[in-house]
Order: sequence, then structure tokens, then C-alpha cells
Amino acid sequence: MSVVLPLVLWIALAAGLCFSRRSVVFWPLLALALLLLFNQLFTPGFFHVEIRGGHLYGTLIDILNQGAKVMLLALGMTLVIATGGVDLSVGAIMAIAGAVLAQRFVGAGWSPGLAIVAALALSVVAGAWNGLLVAVLRIQPIVATLILMVAGRGIAQLITDGQIITFENPTLVYLGNGFLLGLPFTLTLVLVMLALTAVLTRRTALGLFVEAVGDNETASHFTGLPARQVKFLAYVFAGFCAGLAGLVAASNIKCADSNHAGLYLELDAILAVVIGGTALTGGRFYLAGSMIGALLIQTLTQTLYMRNVSADIAPVPKAIVILAVCLLQSPKLRERLARLGGGRKRRAGA
Amino acid sequence: MKFRVPAQLIPLAASAAVLVLLYAGGCLAFDGFTSPRVVINLFGDNAFVGVAAVGATFVILSGGIDLSVGAVVALTTISVAALLGHGVPPLAAVLLVLAGGAAFGAFLGFIIHWFELPPFLITLGGMFLARGLGFMVHPESLGITHPFYGETVGGLAIPVAHVTTASGRVQTLTLPFTAQCFLAVVLVASVAAKWTRFGRNVYAIGSSESSARLMGVPVGKTKILVYTLAGFLSALGGVVATFYMQSGNPASFVGLELDAIAAVVIGGTLLRGGVGFISGTLVGVLILGIIQTLINFKGDLNTWWTKIAIGGLLLVFIMLQQALSRRRRE
Repeated sequence: MSVVLPLVLWIALAAGLCFSRRSVVFWPLLALALLLLFNQLFTPGFFHVEIRGGHLYGTLIDILNQGAKVMLLALGMTLVIATGGVDLSVGAIMAIAGAVLAQRFVGAGWSPGLAIVAALALSVVAGAWNGLLVAVLRIQPIVATLILMVAGRGIAQLITDGQIITFENPTLVYLGNGFLLGLPFTLTLVLVMLALTAVLTRRTALGLFVEAVGDNETASHFTGLPARQVKFLAYVFAGFCAGLAGLVAASNIKCADSNHAGLYLELDAILAVVIGGTALTGGRFYLAGSMIGALLIQTLTQTLYMRNVSADIAPVPKAIVILAVCLLQSPKLRERLARLGGGRKRRAGA
Repeated sequence: MKFRVPAQLIPLAASAAVLVLLYAGGCLAFDGFTSPRVVINLFGDNAFVGVAAVGATFVILSGGIDLSVGAVVALTTISVAALLGHGVPPLAAVLLVLAGGAAFGAFLGFIIHWFELPPFLITLGGMFLARGLGFMVHPESLGITHPFYGETVGGLAIPVAHVTTASGRVQTLTLPFTAQCFLAVVLVASVAAKWTRFGRNVYAIGSSESSARLMGVPVGKTKILVYTLAGFLSALGGVVATFYMQSGNPASFVGLELDAIAAVVIGGTLLRGGVGFISGTLVGVLILGIIQTLINFKGDLNTWWTKIAIGGLLLVFIMLQQALSRRRRE
């Protein structure tokens, strides 16, 4: 097992790199491959996977399980960023979802299913609120979502009355810790959501609408696209994804912690999307890229854990990755490098 | 012939009105609220937020955003504490961290301008970097016992009012050095924003970067200077925070950047850039502080109401700005 799985992984990575040579996804995939290569060579036990009690265990599985939250957030965030916006409130929405889940189940005695539905419903409402501010009232996205980012954790604490509510219900615990067919259930959740999003955006015209609105809202409005509705829906979807991530986060630790659930995860999600090749200015988006971005961030975090780097210092390498990725994607840098190389003197845009 | 208040003054006037209303409401509702002590504490307790928020105001006026504020403040507090712990003279330590903050800001500004990258992402990177560096300096809270902190800084407080305590003794209230720093920074920054070439360049870039460039405004230099100034003021906020807390902590001030941005917006500065006042930020910081004070006085309200109240106020002021800019467009 511990030989077969890494082998499969490397073959898959190599194939992915070959197929994506001309695509935006190539660079984040290469970064991920390099990081994994580093671990293959220098971090003993990183690729060790074993079957215990019918489930797969190991660092790689942990990365998938722990990365699920950012992957879910990144799905919604990709669409929001593609419309030219950004959603800063997803971390706070996660806290709200977890709070509703725990309060409804423990406090109000609802069944787990109903509590989950209630949590997701409120997340959708929170997303709709953001959408209302951005699409209808035309407030700048950073500002509009800042409101819920600041107030959201307060609302979550209001729901739980400032308590950390713990639960032991098997259904709720399964959400973030369970296994399906030997793999973490969260992975199934991510894959289902990814497939759903991909089908909705790539097999219908919705994705094209999103890209058009992000490229030029006025122009797409004049061509007859429902620009406002598209924007609104993007934020609603981001709210829903954040709700799911919030459920997973609460289930992971078997409690709703309004202060820390999803703290700074909005930044990780934005980072994952940007690493994945979607520009913050909007327009074209890459769902697969965002997923790879999220995995890259999680692999980096896990690498640092495995190498005994203190969790407190971990932001430094993360910052270096952010700055490096930003620089690599900057057209200005490429232009300057090209000039330095003194090679082809093609004018940009010619 | 209709008299019209200049549109950019309306948000500032509204903020001032909110501040007065909140204060008046507090005075009516609570006995102790009329004491000058409340006002003095308002300035003293919020000095570090205020100093950092002034830096954020310049960044936002220029059309950018700075997410690294809280992390830089935390990094500064722990650096000061560690330097003092190693026997560095206090003044040298303070000058060193101020220079460090300015250099950090300049570094971010340089990347933002030179590679034309979004300030949002670069200062986010700066936030992670500063946060991690703080933990590298010293992994946990570090107290400051240097006599400079207790006696020298304490002695700089200016007596401003006398109150009679319940036991009948007359007590002199002093304006702490932290509050003096805050007010001095607001004063200098207001002058710089209004009457210097740098200040006018910042407004010009915030209104329209391309027009500013065509007019001959040195866009790159000004932008880098803005982030340098923000880094410097964040570091100064950190130094003020060490006066206030008598310690340094790399884990502290998480989310301070949000408070700073909220104060700037509530103070009437447009997040789009180009419109706003430093004095508005002073009002914004005081509003945030007075909400906190009110909630403390009330006692039975929980702290999360602070967040909800700030969120609500943000909403109101953003709506107001939106309505005003729409009116001007029409």
C-alpha cells in the first residue's frame, strides 16, 4: 500500500503536468509537485499510508481531510472573484453555520438533519445579504462583505450565547470525521460539490455569464445578460459553500467555537483561488486551479507540521509563498524579466 | 438659490453627530459617564488603534488597503519588549522598531507599485509575514519592567482635570502620554494631508490614478511613501501599545486592521479613495471606543454586541456614502 499509492500519485501528477502544459493550472500543479517531491526526499513518513479498520490513514489522507474546508470555500470564492468581487465574510459565515448547528441540535433539541438544514439555510441568507449589498445596492464588494466579516462572529456568539457548545451525535461527528469507502467523507463532499459546480458552470451558460460579468459588467448588461442576478447568485453560492465548510469545521472538533471557527480561512480561500490562476480583477475562472491551490496551501501547512515547525511561525513560509505566487503572476514582472534578458522585444499586447 | 453642504463634509458631520449622540446617551443613561475620566480613558485606551488608523486613512485615501496593521503592531510590541530585555536603551529600541516598521511598509509599497499587484494580496502576505516574525522574535508574551516605562513615560502625563472622589478627596486626572501621541499624530497628519504636496498627491491618486499620472503626480513615489507611512504609523501604534500594556505579545491585536478600517470608514473616508479627512478617523476611533465604553458601563451586555454594533454602524455609513455619491453623479 505504501508503495502503490505514492506511485499512483506521482503518475497522476506527471500526467496532469503533461496535459496542462499550456494551461493556467500548470504552475500551481508544478508547485504542488515540487513540494511533494521535497517531502518524498526529505520528510520521512510523509507518504506513508496504511489501512486501519478499513479506512486509509496517513499524512496524504490528512491533507485531503483538513484541506476540505478551504476547498469548499474556494469553490464559492472562485465564482465570486470571477464576477470581479471578493467575499471576506466566509469565515464569519462558517462560525454562524457551526453556531446554528450546535444550538439547534443541543439547545433546541432538533434532529441532526433539521439542524444541518437550518445551518445551511442561514448561511444562504447570509450569502444573499452580501449579494444584496453588492448586486442591488452596488456597494464595493470588499466593503460590503467587511460588514458581515466584522458582525458575523458577533452574531454567531449571539446564537450560542457566547458558549462553546459541544455535541457527540454520531451523524454530526461523521460529517467531518467519518469515512466513506475508506476515504474521508469530507472528500466525497468536496468532490460532489466540485462536480455540481463544474456541471452548473461549464455545461450550462452560467459560467460564461459569470466570466462576462467579471470581464465587463456594463457590456454584459447591454448584451442582455442578467448581470445583477448573476452577481447575487455568486454570493449566495459562496454563502452556501461557507455553510458547508462551517458544518465540517464544527464537526471536526465536535463543537461550535464562534471565536475561532474559520478564522482567517477567508484569506486562505482567496489565496487558493489566486494561486489557481483566477485573477482578482475578475473574468476567467479555473475551478480545478482553485482546488489545486487549496491543496497546495494544505500540503504546505502539513509539511511544516511534519517538520516540527511551530504553528506560530508557520505564517512566514505561507507569506513567502503568497508573495512569490503574486510576483510570478504579475505581467509586469514577466515584462521586466523579458527586458532584462534582452531577448525578443515584442510589445505587450501587440 | 439653494444652500448645499459640500457633499464630502456630510459623512464627517454625520459621524460627529453620532459621536455626540452616543456620548449624550451615555451621560443620560449612566451616572459615572459625565466624569472627565471617561473622556480621558477614551483617548488613552484607543490611542494605539487611533495611531494605526491614521496610517490606514492615508492608504485608503490613496485607493489602497492595508491588512498588515494588526500583525505589524503585534510584531512591534514584542520587538520592543525583546530589545529592552536584551538591555538596549529604550529610545534606541523605539527608534529601531519605528525604522523597521517604515522599512516593512516601504517593502510592501515597493512590491505593490513596481509589479502592479493588488494591495489587498500583498498586504495580506505582509500580515502573515509580520505575524510569523513576531513569534520568531519571542514565542509568547513578554513583560516590560524597564524603569523608562514606569517612571519616565508615566511622568509625561499632563494634568487636565480635578475630580472629587466619593471619599471627598480631590484627585488630579492626567492625560496619559499615549493619548498625547494619538492627538499629536492626528494633528500632524491632518496638516500633512491638507497642506503638503504629499497630501494632495495622495488625494489625487485616490481620485484617479491615471489622471494623476497625466497631471505629473509622481504616482510611484507617492504610493511607496503612503505604505511606508502606514508601516511607520503601525509601528508607532505598537510602541504606544507597549506604553499602554507594559508588555509585548506576538499573538495580540488580531483583527486590529479591521477596527482601523472600520474607524476610517465610519469617519467618512470613501473606501474607493480620494475623499475623506484625518479628523474623520479621529471621530471614527472615538465612536468605536465609546461603543466599547457604553457596553462596559452597561455591564450585563456581552462583548459580542460590540462587533454587531460596529457592523451595523459600518452598514449605515456605507449606505450614506453610497447615497451621497449617487446624488453627486446625478
